[in-house]
Amino acid sequence: MSSRDAVLEALRENARYSTEDIARMTDLDAEAVEAAIADLEEEGVIRGYRAVVDYSKVDPEPVRASVELNVTLDRETGYDDIADRLARFPEVQGLRLVSGDFDFAMEVRGDSMSEVSRFISEKVAPVPEITQTVTHYIMESYKESGVEFGDGHDDDRLSISP
Amino acid sequence: MTFEESTRLESVPPSGIRKFFELAEEYDDIISLGVGEPDFAPPWSARDAAITSLERGRTSYTANRGMRELRERIAARTAGRCDLFYDPDSEVLVTTGVSEAVDLAYRAFLDPGDAVAIAQPCYVSYVPGARLAGAGVIDVPTREADDFKLTREVLEASGAAEAELLVICYPNNPTGATMTRAELEPVAEFAREHDLLVLSDEVYADLTYEGEHASIAALPGMRERTVVCNGFSKAYAMTGLRLGYAMAPPEAIEAMNRIHQYTMLSAPTTAQHAAVDALDNCDPDVAEMREEYDRRRKFLLSRFGDMGIECFRAAGAFYAFPECPWDDGEAFAEALLEAERVAVVPGNVFGAGGDGHLRVSYATSLPQLKRAMNRLESFLE
Ligand SMILES: Cc1ncc(COP(=O)(O)O)c(C=O)c1O
Repeated sequence: MSSRDAVLEALRENARYSTEDIARMTDLDAEAVEAAIADLEEEGVIRGYRAVVDYSKVDPEPVRASVELNVTLDRETGYDDIADRLARFPEVQGLRLVSGDFDFAMEVRGDSMSEVSRFISEKVAPVPEITQTVTHYIMESYKESGVEFGDGHDDDRLSISP
Repeated sequence: MTFEESTRLESVPPSGIRKFFELAEEYDDIISLGVGEPDFAPPWSARDAAITSLERGRTSYTANRGMRELRERIAARTAGRCDLFYDPDSEVLVTTGVSEAVDLAYRAFLDPGDAVAIAQPCYVSYVPGARLAGAGVIDVPTREADDFKLTREVLEASGAAEAELLVICYPNNPTGATMTRAELEPVAEFAREHDLLVLSDEVYADLTYEGEHASIAALPGMRERTVVCNGFSKAYAMTGLRLGYAMAPPEAIEAMNRIHQYTMLSAPTTAQHAAVDALDNCDPDVAEMREEYDRRRKFLLSRFGDMGIECFRAAGAFYAFPECPWDDGEAFAEALLEAERVAVVPGNVFGAGGDGHLRVSYATSLPQLKRAMNRLESFLE
């Protein structure tokens, strides 16, 4: 594994590892780790660092929805143009072009159901290229960004074993 | 009527690990670096396959040698990894853990009065197992100066030439030592010269972090005298499912199977279903666990370095085997446990050559390892 990949792997596991600890676990010196991170950020491989939050434990709990969007394209407008327009709204937390029955999968977050509904009806649906929206409110989240929200598995190993 | 222990059993003392386990159990807030099994759960796909097999009621005995589809996959996996070809029908035996495979080999090939040369420090059951089979034991202590690799020199010095069987294990528990093909060559030469059988426990083969795992059985003239043992406990984190296997020439597997068919009948069926799935689908899980162990290994070695604790660069399994800062390893381990609530295992419980060292397991999350290293550091100050 290249040192860049090793640093990326460590950060993907836990973005809060200190430079010093990443240096230890990758056999690099701290400067090399800093340089690798700087490169990864500069090249846009790493786009940000965010906490993985279980929103059901946040008060007040925000409302989230995943929204299916269908669009029509014309000579002047492509997927990227539509995406660019939607992605700028702060309510939009995620936006992906997908294969299958619809075109975009969009994740929206707001303070209340009415706020999210209003956002869809007033900001998203009126976009001329958008032909259909189907909104699914998220009721329960079991796993986000690879992190399971269950109780995890208890360490029931013997404290000392051969 | 009294339950008087057999003389064979009397020759086997209670495990030295047991004492530390009891000490550690007295505290409920310890960080244990004394655990000899993975902290991961088995890959979900393999667990799911086990559940499915239970739902379908596939819980009968299997063939004595294990399910054919499992033996085929084991043979194919070994061929891919070590360039070693075993016939799934006649040269593979699925066992209840490597533990059973080792015991079968002992009982199949040793007579009372025979000697077993055991490279040490080693897994705690090799010596008692040999004694229970009625054999004598020749200690072959490996040395820190050789990074705990087995050398021709220590084989000669220890009188291993007199043995019937040589037992080796790389990557090693407790040292984490590995051996390359070139380093195994003189050991193989010694075994050929003195006509020794070899039992090679390769249960940590997939947890090799530097270079490729090499099997002694792949060296010229070795396949016909070697029993290779491997299993699912470590790389697939399946310890409690109890599944391993032995690979050897047909006459050896036939002999081991003759004991197995009476004493075990067949290895756990549910675990065999999990193992088939593990070999089919779980390579990515194994790779991920290996990468995580490797990060921990490097982290640990780096912290030891900064603390001035001497430790050779262990490159396999999930153990480091640093020098103990005090002469008395047991006293150190006890004091560390009491003062800082960090458990490590003194090296002497793993046999000859282990004195003055500590086995530090990194089958523990990085944040826990970091906390443990901080405590160790403050203990040393
Ligand atoms: C070197 C070695 N061999 C064998 C075993 C036992 O393996 P199994 O669970 O397959 O019986 C262990 C477990 O700690 C081990 O470390």
